[in-house]
Amino acid sequence: MSSHELKTGPLEYRRQEDQMTILGFWIFLGAEIVLFATLFATYAVLFGRTADSTPPMELFEPGIVLIMTFLLLTSSFTCGLAIHEMRRGNAKALRNWMIVTLVLGTAFLGFEIYEFIHYAHEGATMQSSAYWSAFFTLAGTHGLHVTLGIGWVILLLIQLAKRGLTPKTSRKFFVIGLYWHFLDVVWIFIFTSVYLIGMVV
Amino acid sequence: MQLDEFFVTGEPLIYGGMVSIALVTIAILFILTYFKKWGWLWREWLTTVDHKKIGVMYILSALAMLFRGGVDAMMMRVQLAFPNMNFLNAQHYDEIFTTHGTVMIIFMAMPFLIGLMNIVVPLQIGARDFAFPYLNALSFWSFLFGAMLFNISFVIGGSPDAGWTSYTPLAGAAMSPGPGQNFYLMGLQLSGIGTLATGINLMVTILKMRAPKMKMFQMPIFTWSTLITSFIIVFAFPILTVALALMTLDRIFGAQFFTLTGEGMPMMWANLFWMWGHPEVYIVILPAFGIFSEVICTFARKQLFGYKAMVWAIILIAGLSFVVWVHHFFTMGAGAFVNSVFSISTMLIAVPTGVKIFNWLGTLYKSKIKNTVAMMWALAFIPSFVIGGVTGVMLGMASADYQFHNTYFLVAHFHYVLIAGTVFACFSGLVFWYPKMFGHKLNERIGKWSFWFFVIGFHVCFFPQYFVGLDGMPRRVFTIIPEWMPLNIISTIGAFGMGIGFAIFVFCILYSYRYSEREKSGDSWDDGRTLEWATPTPVPFYNFATLPEIDSQDAYVKLKEEGRTTFEEDKLEPIHMPNNTGQPIIMMAFLFFASFGLVFEWMWMAIAFLIGGLIMMVVRSFDYDEGYHVEVDEIKRIERSARGL
Repeated sequence: MSSHELKTGPLEYRRQEDQMTILGFWIFLGAEIVLFATLFATYAVLFGRTADSTPPMELFEPGIVLIMTFLLLTSSFTCGLAIHEMRRGNAKALRNWMIVTLVLGTAFLGFEIYEFIHYAHEGATMQSSAYWSAFFTLAGTHGLHVTLGIGWVILLLIQLAKRGLTPKTSRKFFVIGLYWHFLDVVWIFIFTSVYLIGMVV
Repeated sequence: MQLDEFFVTGEPLIYGGMVSIALVTIAILFILTYFKKWGWLWREWLTTVDHKKIGVMYILSALAMLFRGGVDAMMMRVQLAFPNMNFLNAQHYDEIFTTHGTVMIIFMAMPFLIGLMNIVVPLQIGARDFAFPYLNALSFWSFLFGAMLFNISFVIGGSPDAGWTSYTPLAGAAMSPGPGQNFYLMGLQLSGIGTLATGINLMVTILKMRAPKMKMFQMPIFTWSTLITSFIIVFAFPILTVALALMTLDRIFGAQFFTLTGEGMPMMWANLFWMWGHPEVYIVILPAFGIFSEVICTFARKQLFGYKAMVWAIILIAGLSFVVWVHHFFTMGAGAFVNSVFSISTMLIAVPTGVKIFNWLGTLYKSKIKNTVAMMWALAFIPSFVIGGVTGVMLGMASADYQFHNTYFLVAHFHYVLIAGTVFACFSGLVFWYPKMFGHKLNERIGKWSFWFFVIGFHVCFFPQYFVGLDGMPRRVFTIIPEWMPLNIISTIGAFGMGIGFAIFVFCILYSYRYSEREKSGDSWDDGRTLEWATPTPVPFYNFATLPEIDSQDAYVKLKEEGRTTFEEDKLEPIHMPNNTGQPIIMMAFLFFASFGLVFEWMWMAIAFLIGGLIMMVVRSFDYDEGYHVEVDEIKRIERSARGL
C-alpha cells in the first residue's frame, strides 16, 4: 500500500490503491461474465423445454421489452455523462446525471417486475417448467444486479454529498459506472437471445 | 420441528461426535476465559487483516479439516476391510464418503494452499500485504463459516449423502429430501464467495504490487503458479456459484432445472459441476507444483531448470483444464465424436505435465541435494505423481474408460494425484516455510518418521486399489464381496499408516513448539533463493523496511552476493498500513446464519440475517478508514532488534 498521490490525471487513478481497486473490479466483471455466460448456456440448453406450460412465443411482446431496453440503454448513456462530468470536476452535474440514471434504472426495474407478475398470471412461473426456471433465473439475476446497483448508487450519492469529489469518491463512482455499463451489455444479450429469439421460435 | 428432528439421533458414533464437540468447545471457552485471552483473540486474530496471520488461520483450519476428513476415510476403510461388516450402515457410509470428498477438496486442500499463498506470495514479491487486506479477511471468514456450516451437518440436520459430486436427480428434492443436501449447497456457496475474492485479490497483488523492477518472468515459480491458479479461480468459480444456486432454486423454491419433471435435465448438473470441477483440480494441483519447484530449487541449491518452460507449462495446463470436463462422464452417452474430442484434450494435458517432471529432474540432475524433510516430500512426490498421471492417461482414453469408470481404479488414480500432489505439497510447503511463520523449525527427526509412515502408508493404501478396481470393485459401495477382501485389508492397513503419519506430524508440531531452537537469521535453510528469506524472522508486520530493486530471478541469491538487505537505513520512509477491523467476521457471521436459515428453509431467519449482512456492506461502504503510518524511528527500532544490529 502506497500513500503517494499523483498530482495530475483523472482523480480516480491518482492513488495506487484506487488503481488496484479498479483493476480488481475489472477482474470481478470478468467473473461476472462467466456467471452470466453460465446462465445463458443453461437457458440455451433448456430452451423449448416448456413441458405443459405456456411457450414464450405466446407471452413475449415486443412493446414492453423495447421500452425496457430503451430505458436501460439511456440510463447507461446518462451514467456515461455522469462520469464525464466527474472527470471535469463538476460534482453537481455528476450528482444530477446519476439521479437521472437512478430514475431510469428504477423504471426499468418496475417494468420488469410488472412483466414477471404478468407472466405469472398467465401461468408461467419459475416452477412451471425447466424453460421458465431458466428464464426467470437469467432475467431475475440481471434484475437483482440492477436492484443492487440502485442501492449502491444511493449510498454513493450520500457519500458524495458528505465528502465531495475526492480520489476515493471518484473511484467509487467510476467503479459503479463500469458495473452499470456491464449490466447494460448483459441486457443487450438478454434482449436479443432471450426475447427476440423467444418471440419468433 | 421437534428437537429430535433437528439433532441427528440413533447413531452411537454420532453421539460420540456430539460429546467430543461439546467437550472441545467447553475446553476452548474455559481456557480462553481462565487465561483472560478473549481480548487477545479478538485484537490479534479475529480482527486481523495481516496476510501472515490470516494464512496461519487458514492452515490451522485446514489441518483440522484434514483430521476430520481423515477420520471419515479411516471409518470407510474399516467398513470396507471385510465382507459384510456392520461398522457403518449404508446410509451412514453414504454420508461419510460424501463429506470426506467435500471436506478434503473444498475445506482442506484449497484453504491449505490458499493459506500458504497468503503467507508466502506477498513476501516473495516484496509486497507489504495483499492488495485488499480487508477483502482478504473477509475471504477467510467466508471460508471458515462455510466450512463450519458444512461440518455441523453431521450432528444437526444430517449430512449430505449424494456424493461430493451431488449428481442429480439423486441430489434433488424428490430423492434427497431434508436439510442434508442443503448443507452442501449453502456451505459451498458461502465459502465460494471467499475463494473468488481471494482469486481477484491475489491477481491484483501479483500484477500490481511486485518489488520495484521485478518483471513477470523474474517472479518466483510459486508466485507464478498462484497467479495462474487465481485466473482459474476467477473463471471457474462463477460456474459453481451458478450450479449451486440452480440446485438451491430446485430444492428450496421448486424450480425445475435438474428434475425429472417439467422437462428438467439432470445431466446438465454433471456438465455444470465438472465445468467447474475439472479446473478445480488444477486449482489444487498447480500451487502444489509451485511449492515443489521452490523446495527442489532450494535444496538442490540450483536455479530451476527450464524456468520459462515451466511457466508456459503451467499456463497451458490452466488453459486445457477448461476443455476436458466431459472425461468425468464418458459413459453418460455424449457420443463417439464428443468423447473423442475430450479424450484427446485430456491426454494433451500429459504433455505440459511431463515437461514439468523433466524440469524437476533437470534441476536435481548433478546437484548436491540436502535431504531435509521438505525435500523428501518433494522427492517422494515425483515418482508417486507419475503413477497417478500415467493411470490418468489410461482413464482419459474414452473407450478404455468404459472399463475403468466408477471402479476403484479411478479412486486409486485420483488419490494418487491429489495426495501425492496436493497433500505432499501441503506438508512440504508447511515444513519449508514453517520457520518463517512461527520462528522455529519443525523437528527433522520426528518429521522423517511422519514422512515415512505417511508415504509408505499411502502406497500401501492406494496401490492395491488399482487392482481391486480392475477386479471389478465399484466405488461408493458400502460392503465388499469375499474376492476383494485381501487387497482391501492391505488398503485399510495403509490408511492407518497414513493416520499414524499424520498423528506424528501433529506431535512434531507440538514437540517443536516446545523444544526447537528459535531462528536467529531470516534465511532459515541457508540456501533461500527468493525474497521471503530476505526478511528477518519473525517477519515484522510490515514485511519489508525497504524494497530492493530486482533485476534477476532468485532475487535473494543476488542480494546475498551483493551483501544487500531489505533494511537500508538511508532509504527508510514511513510505511502505510491498514487498520484491523471486526467487520469481516461480523458480516460473514450474519451470512452464516442466513445460510443456516436457508438450509432448514426457515425463510424468516434467512431474510433477517441477509439484511444484517447487507447492513454490514453498507457500513463498509461508509467506512473511510485510511489506515495509519509506521514512522521511520519505529521501523529502525524493530529492524535493529530483529536483525541483532
